[in-house]
Order: sequence, then structure tokens, then C-alpha cells
Amino acid sequence: MLRFVLRRLLIIIPMALLVITLTWALIRLAPGNFYTGDKKLPAAVEATIRAKYGLDKEWYEQYGMMMANIVRGDFGDSLKYPGQTVNEIIARHLPYSATLGILAYLLALLIGLTAGTTAALKQNSSFDYGSMSVAMLGLSVPSFVLGPILVILFSFGLHLFPPARWGGPLSLVLPVLTLSAIYAAYIARLTRAGMLEVMRSDYIRTARAKGLDEKTILLRHALKGGIIPVVSFTGPALAALLAGTVVVEKIYALPGLGDIFIKAVLNRDEPLILGIVAFLSILIMIFNLIVDIAYGYLDPRIRYE
Amino acid sequence: MERVETQPGTSLWKDAWKRLRRNRLALAALVFLSILVVAVIIGPALITATLGYTYDSTPADQSLVKSMPPSWAHLMGTDDQGRDMLARVVQGGRISLMVGIIATIVSLLVGVTYGAIAGYMGGRVDNVMMRIVDIIYSIPYILIVIVLLSFFGGANTPGWIAWLSGSMGGAGNQGLSQIFLLFFALGLVSWLTMARVIRGQILSLKNQEFVTAARATGVSTPGIIFRHLIPNALGPVIVYATLTIPSVMLTEAFLSFLGLGVQAPYASWGSLADQGIKNLAIFPWQLIFPGVTMALTLFSLNFLGDGLRDALDPQTRKF
Repeated sequence: MLRFVLRRLLIIIPMALLVITLTWALIRLAPGNFYTGDKKLPAAVEATIRAKYGLDKEWYEQYGMMMANIVRGDFGDSLKYPGQTVNEIIARHLPYSATLGILAYLLALLIGLTAGTTAALKQNSSFDYGSMSVAMLGLSVPSFVLGPILVILFSFGLHLFPPARWGGPLSLVLPVLTLSAIYAAYIARLTRAGMLEVMRSDYIRTARAKGLDEKTILLRHALKGGIIPVVSFTGPALAALLAGTVVVEKIYALPGLGDIFIKAVLNRDEPLILGIVAFLSILIMIFNLIVDIAYGYLDPRIRYE
Repeated sequence: MERVETQPGTSLWKDAWKRLRRNRLALAALVFLSILVVAVIIGPALITATLGYTYDSTPADQSLVKSMPPSWAHLMGTDDQGRDMLARVVQGGRISLMVGIIATIVSLLVGVTYGAIAGYMGGRVDNVMMRIVDIIYSIPYILIVIVLLSFFGGANTPGWIAWLSGSMGGAGNQGLSQIFLLFFALGLVSWLTMARVIRGQILSLKNQEFVTAARATGVSTPGIIFRHLIPNALGPVIVYATLTIPSVMLTEAFLSFLGLGVQAPYASWGSLADQGIKNLAIFPWQLIFPGVTMALTLFSLNFLGDGLRDALDPQTRKF
């Protein structure tokens, strides 16, 4: 087990470097430069800029220097926000996105697990059909449609929550709802399918035969096996959550990391792009590792080599 | 002599069609999608012929407020430049559906080939190939697609994509080459799950007698994979492709909503929603109509995909 975790942790390093290299190559292969704007720069100015940022060296020298710094955890200064390091910018904007993402996923888990389990236990009931239709709707309504509809209803109509911007817990309600809808829908479907399969399995029959009451069977035995599909969905969900936060941050004008990333890409702010890509990739890989470890606890049949 | 009653033979596809017909929701979804496809194909020409405007035509009178609410002349209202929303939604649907379908085909070609080779080869080849898929899975691909689109979009489109779009009649048309770039960017990131599905299918098929028979009669390895194995794995492929289309369309809409996908003069449901959200408080129909049309389409595609799974693959049916 320890060896498995260590090996997986070690793999993260080359993979993160690979992602950084790939992103760097994409940026460098594209024509143009971060300093080319609408007007043509005088040759002397351009030469000074190139020398300042080390762009006059060979590409492999630039790559080597950049990588040497990145390995030490230093992504350098942002190009568009001079005097601010990439690490500072990420540290400043991450809390917004993280709060949003974590709250949304927790809410999605709460709704999805409850609805999915109930639907599975009352299979073919009206609750089952109703909740699964709502889940299908949740899968199909894009967040940029759901968000504005919520704003029209709850901000312009009922004046319950602010329509945009960050400020106090009330301002979080609509963004979290918007972001969590699609995950709640997915989790509800996965839980229902997983629970239906588990409830028919032999070990649940054994538990019943032993005379355990339904509540213990459900909470101590069935749920553990039934949520395995949900756990394996967490990996891809995190990656998708990133895209989701970018959109939700735009709808509600929140100062999160997704918003900063889009601006960095449009500004061609290379250090900032690389920093955010590297940071988020490592985050996702660590979460994937945690998910894999969780499997072992949920399903004793899974063994780590 | 006694006559023997022969049961007419029934194929997998006939069986599946019978099961699908019993699923009312999936059938309704199929009808809606058929109407939608007809609408986006003949809709723009029909609107121009009957009402006289295209998705890009602005009104002649220069009134100050150009956003008109839905009326008989403009069933879905007009946008902030006075363009008819119905024409724009139909034209946007053309682009959105096209991106969804073509990107799915790209992901099919890559994913099916990759998964089939990994599954048939087995052993070390399979191990390495599937580890690569695992690795790519943990990359936040949306970030890389965003970088790709913004850096290679517009004037920076790679030559071969511009050539491809030029050979389709869009020479020198930046908006169109951007759409072609979207096909590839989205197709190349959505093949992973397809590869996994196919590999699983091939693994269970490759030890069956018909493969041994093919090998015994001297069919080559590519022949076995492409002529014998893949056709037998088509059921899950079709199901999964139906479910890939909505997810690709959603990603395209996200990107266009962020201003990175489909560019003017073209429009997709995502970019229409992007324009609509600016005027949400005063002209809500500019977001509601493209948004709801898109939601209905995705809803139908998801239901159809679910129905097809139940019909084509009764074993994996989730009760």
C-alpha cells in the first residue's frame, strides 16, 4: 500500500512536467508574441524586450532555464501584472474557485446520493421516475442557461440573492447551485445504478439472512459498494469542475482562478498560464490518487500491486 | 409430410428497433431530433424565402433600440443589432450540431482504432496503451483546449486546417477555419472513454470461435480487427457515440460562451448565449431562446442515448 502511494506520487512529477512542456510548446509554436500589439514596435525596443525576457537565447536554453526554475517551484513574474509573481496571483485567486468548487461538489454529493439511493430503494415508483427525469434535465441544461434563469427568478424576481459579484455567503448561493446541478444529476444516476446492482448481490442477501435490519444493511453494507461508481466519477468530475467554474465565474463575475486563466490566455501571459496549468494538473492528479486509495477501503476485493 | 413452422429470423438490429419503439421517451427524442435536423438544414433558406432575412441581415430603419421582443414578424425577437433571433438560432444549431457530430466522428475514428488495437494485442502493448490513456485522463484537457483555440484560432490557424476548410469552399474564411479547428480540438480530447469502451468489448470478443476461425483461415491481424472484431462491437459504439455528441456540444458551447469557440460572422448556441447574457436583465429572450433550444436538444440526445443503450445492450441495462 505504502509503495503504491509512493510510486503514484512519484509519477505525478514527470507527468506534471510533461503537461507543462506540452503547454509551453503550444504557446511557443503559435505565431506572434506577448508584446506584439496593434502597433509595430521599433526594432530597438523589441530587442530590449527580447533580451530582458531571455527570448534572444536558443529555445532549448530558454526551456532549460524555465524548467530549472519551475522544478524549484518558481514560475517567475507575470508578464501582464508586472511585479507580481505567478505564485502570488494563484494564491490570491484560488480561494474563490476552491470555495465554489468544494461547496458545489459537496452539495452535489448530498443531493445526488440521497436522490439516487431513494430512487433505487423505491425502484419504478413515481419518485424514481420523477427524480431521474429531473436528473436528465440537469445533465442537459448548460450552466450558462441555468445560471441566468436562476438570476432572473431569485435576483430580479424575488430579490433573495445578489445577481453577481463576491460578497458574503448569500452571494455564493446561486453560483454554487448553478455549478452543482450537473454533478448532482450525474451522481444521482450513478448512485441509483450502483445501488440497484448492489441490492441484488449475494452479500446483501447474506446480511438479510443474518437478520440485520434494513437500515444497517443500507448504511453499513450496501452504500459502501453502491457508491463505487460515484467515487470513480470524482476524477473526471474534478477536471470538468474546472471548466464549470470558468463559466460560472464569468456568469457571476467572480474573481476566481478560471477567470484569471482566461485572461492570462488572452493576454498570452506565459508564466501565468504555465503556473495555473501546472497547479491544477497536480491538484487533479493528487485527487485521482486519493480516489484510487478510497477504492481499496470501499471494495476489499481491489488490491494494490 | 408435416409442415415445419419456421420462425422468421431476427437480427440484433431488428430486436433493438423493437425494444426502442417501446421506449416512448426515446422515440419522442428521436422525433424531436429529426425535426431539428430538418429545421437546421432547410430552415435558413426557408426563412430567407418566406420572411426575407438571413441570420446576418440587420434592419434598414436606424431606430435606437434594435432589440425587439418576440412578435409575429420575429418569432424569437431580435438581437441587439436587430437581427432575427429565429434565423440566428437555426443557423447556430447548424454549427452546434455540425461541431457535435464531426468532433464525435473524429473521436470515434481515433478511439475505436486505439481501443481495438490495445484490446486485440493484449499483454504489454495493451498495458502501455491503456496507461497512456490513464495519464491523458488526468490532464485538465479543457485548459489545453483553451490554450490551443486561443493561440491557433483566428489569423493563426495552422496551414493544413485552413487548407482543409478552404477545400470545403471556405478559402480565406477565418470564421470557418476556426470551426474546423474546433472539430479537431474537441475530437482529439474526447476519444479516451471511447477507447476504453471498445477495448473492453474487444477483450470479451477476441477469444470467441469466429476469431479463431478467421485466424485459422489466414486473415491478417488488421483484417481481424477491422473486419471481424469492430463490426461486432458496434452496439456499444453507437450508444456511446450518441452520448458523446451532447457532451461535445456542451464543451463547444462552453468554449463559444467564453468567446474562444465559434467566431463572428458564424454563431453557435454557445456564442448566441454569450451575446445574450450581456442583455439578460432587459432582453431575456436573447439568451432564453438559444439556451432552451440547446437544452432541449441535449435532453433529447441524452434520452436517445439511454434508450439505445437499453435497446442494443440489454445485458448492461441498469435495471
